[in-house]
Amino acid sequence: MDVTAAKPSIVTDSDQYLTFQLAGQTYGVEILRVQEIKGWEKPTRLPHSPEHVQGVINLRGAVVPILDLRRRFGLGETQYGRTTVVIVVKVGTDHGELTAGIVVDAVCEVCNISAEDLRPPPAVGSAIDSDLVRGLAMVGDGMLVLLDVVQLVSRTLIESATAPKAA
Amino acid sequence: MTIDLTQFHDAFYEESFEAIGQMEESLLRLDVGTPDLELINTIFRVAHSIKGGAATFGFAQITSFTHTLETLLDELRGQRLKVSAALSDLLLRSVDVMREMLRAQQGKQPVDAQRVADLQFDLELAVVQKGRAPAAAAAAPAAAPVAAAATSAAAAGGEAARGTLYKISFRPYLHLLARGNDPLRMFRELRELGDLQVTADVSALPPIEEFDPENCYLSWQLRLRTDAPRQSIVEVFDWAEGDCELAVKVLESEPGTVARNVPTCVPTSPAAARPVSSEAPPVTPHSEDNEHRPAKVADVARSSDASSIRVSVEKIDDLMNSVGELVITQSMLGQFGSLLDGAVGERLRTGLAQLERNVRELQESVMRVRMVPISFVFSRFPRMVRDLSQRLGKKVELKITGGETELDKTVLEKIGDPLVHLVRNSIDHGIESQEQRQASGKAAHGTVHLHAYHRGSSITVEVGDDGGGLKRERILAKARERGLISTDDQLSDEAVNNLIFLAGFSTHDQATDISGRGVGMDVVKRNVDELGGTIEVRSEAGIGSRFIITLPLTLAIVDGQTVAVGDESYIVPLTAIVESLQLSTASVKQVVGHGEVLSFRGEYLPVVRLQKVFAARSQGTRDPEDGLIMVVEGDGRRVGLCVDELLGQQQVVVKTLEANYGHVDGIAGATILGDGSVALILDIAGLTRSVSESLAA
Repeated sequence: MDVTAAKPSIVTDSDQYLTFQLAGQTYGVEILRVQEIKGWEKPTRLPHSPEHVQGVINLRGAVVPILDLRRRFGLGETQYGRTTVVIVVKVGTDHGELTAGIVVDAVCEVCNISAEDLRPPPAVGSAIDSDLVRGLAMVGDGMLVLLDVVQLVSRTLIESATAPKAA
Repeated sequence: MTIDLTQFHDAFYEESFEAIGQMEESLLRLDVGTPDLELINTIFRVAHSIKGGAATFGFAQITSFTHTLETLLDELRGQRLKVSAALSDLLLRSVDVMREMLRAQQGKQPVDAQRVADLQFDLELAVVQKGRAPAAAAAAPAAAPVAAAATSAAAAGGEAARGTLYKISFRPYLHLLARGNDPLRMFRELRELGDLQVTADVSALPPIEEFDPENCYLSWQLRLRTDAPRQSIVEVFDWAEGDCELAVKVLESEPGTVARNVPTCVPTSPAAARPVSSEAPPVTPHSEDNEHRPAKVADVARSSDASSIRVSVEKIDDLMNSVGELVITQSMLGQFGSLLDGAVGERLRTGLAQLERNVRELQESVMRVRMVPISFVFSRFPRMVRDLSQRLGKKVELKITGGETELDKTVLEKIGDPLVHLVRNSIDHGIESQEQRQASGKAAHGTVHLHAYHRGSSITVEVGDDGGGLKRERILAKARERGLISTDDQLSDEAVNNLIFLAGFSTHDQATDISGRGVGMDVVKRNVDELGGTIEVRSEAGIGSRFIITLPLTLAIVDGQTVAVGDESYIVPLTAIVESLQLSTASVKQVVGHGEVLSFRGEYLPVVRLQKVFAARSQGTRDPEDGLIMVVEGDGRRVGLCVDELLGQQQVVVKTLEANYGHVDGIAGATILGDGSVALILDIAGLTRSVSESLAA
């Protein structure tokens, strides 16, 4: 797992991405980071945690935190339905290898995106921190936002856990 | 092809530290005067394998130091040097230095090079001084450039003339050396076959002005007594074929052997000599032995270890996780099974009951894998007691019992420091000086007793001494002086004894560098508390004192009480629970500035409502007057914890939140309940601490 490739950068060759829906927008994460996709179940809440951390679940004996991407990106409350799933990702960070779940509205497909189709994220004007975006790609007639999972997990989980607790 | 050696570093350090521990232990058991050879061998072996490992990884400093140490040990092993008290001290200091060097290497930190060099010099000195002793029969200074007659060590030992005596005539041609052949190497090989005598013929040496140093002017006559077949002798000279004249003759044979001449070689160019014949075989007889013997001995040691294997804790944790999963699946099946009626249901339930038993056994077996004997910790004490008693001029004997008692590795790692503190205290404060002891009719040497045993699902470790015991009057006086108690407080003996666990308490009149700065016992108590254990002290004036530490066998499993708070359930470790009361009957009062306070047996305890503390987003729908208040104790402080309902007690497997998330205040970890959901385990000590901090603020 490449820790240093955390900066938003243009990938060099064709990569496979798992795409998913969140508040009407399509996003993608590198498929190699994805461990599995599972149905959403109510997690156990963690005290002193920021609101985009839903809590922890039992993933075959491991206690895994669940990240609410809608809340993280300020996209309103998740409407839990039949298609709501958790994408379980495994990433290498400075703190070792972490497993985390990301709640999304629905998963779509796996697609190949080559380096030349990738464009750097806009510096401003996005609701999402540009650090968390790897690049943008045009797929069909839509735009795909490729997320940097390593940054997403390490920034949102580790920092929130070690941040001083709210009063 | 290159292999990344760094991947083996951890294993090297781990094994080396273990080996050094073993070495230290052996050194301590070594009697001055009449040393046990087996022990010396063990020590030698350990030094040798550390040297080997260090050399492999290119840790030059460690290699060089251990090499010197090994040389000295070899002298001991060969009984050319006597074990004296000074020497034993020197060796123990070497052990310390080796450990330091390894630590420094491991932490990539510089080591105190001066200290290493000084000690290495001392070691070398010890070897050299032995050299003046009569036993120095070694180093055969080969006679001038004329002829070198070497006898192997075995011959000197008077080994009976066994085997066949061969006469070997070896006449190399001038270019022998230029072809890369080395007569020395051949002779060395021959010497391995048996008893070898070498005579050099220097008659062919030319006058110095005609002398070509690249030519071989010498020839040799060798006598070899060996059991080996003649073929192996000829084989030694295989590479020189064509570069020499070789004749192997049998002079004396054992019955059945036939003498035969073997002329070899084809002539090539004319002959010349090699000037430095002093370089001929003789070296020192044992230098070669050194290279062969230890390796064999080490092999033996390794094979005896083969009944155990080294497994990373991570793998065992994985195994634990899988078993935990199995337990959950099994309880889920159990619930389904109870719904089924009829004969099929009955059979299913029988099977499930069997499964439950098997799973429990499996879980226990896996837990046992994590267990290690407490002797891993105890083994550091003989050395410590020896050094300390020497420094304090007291005679102290250390008695260790129950070293085989097993406990979880995680607990083991954390119990070492508290025990060191207690043993130091016993020697420094507990055991009286020799004069005092004799005056009170006790044996001149004091005894410190380390004792471990199992009691239920916990382990008890006792540190006892036969010293003066705790001095009630002095403790009381000190406590009054520090304002810890008032002058007219009447305290039981137990209460007085427990005063020593308060922070900043020390009765020793003069603080020594060993103990007495008053940072000891409260730290010990805190460490034990953190492990979920208890410590008590029993003392009788003039007879001795005993510190009794009781610890859970493992930190991986907790006996917990599941409680419901709002719509969440939490686990409270049973050891932390003092009592549970009905909230309606308990006297909870509002105190301005302190929030809610519970009056409990004459004490006023702060009341903790978890929803508030955890800033939970959940809506505590229940009536705050309904439910229970649970008095819990952690870190020496008690608080009342409001809970809605008690759900049941069970053993839970502790999982850390830090693996995938991070530390959460007030939470010790998580566990997975029978229904597969995650429940958080409360960190009672952390909660009580933060409550009292917020009250103080």
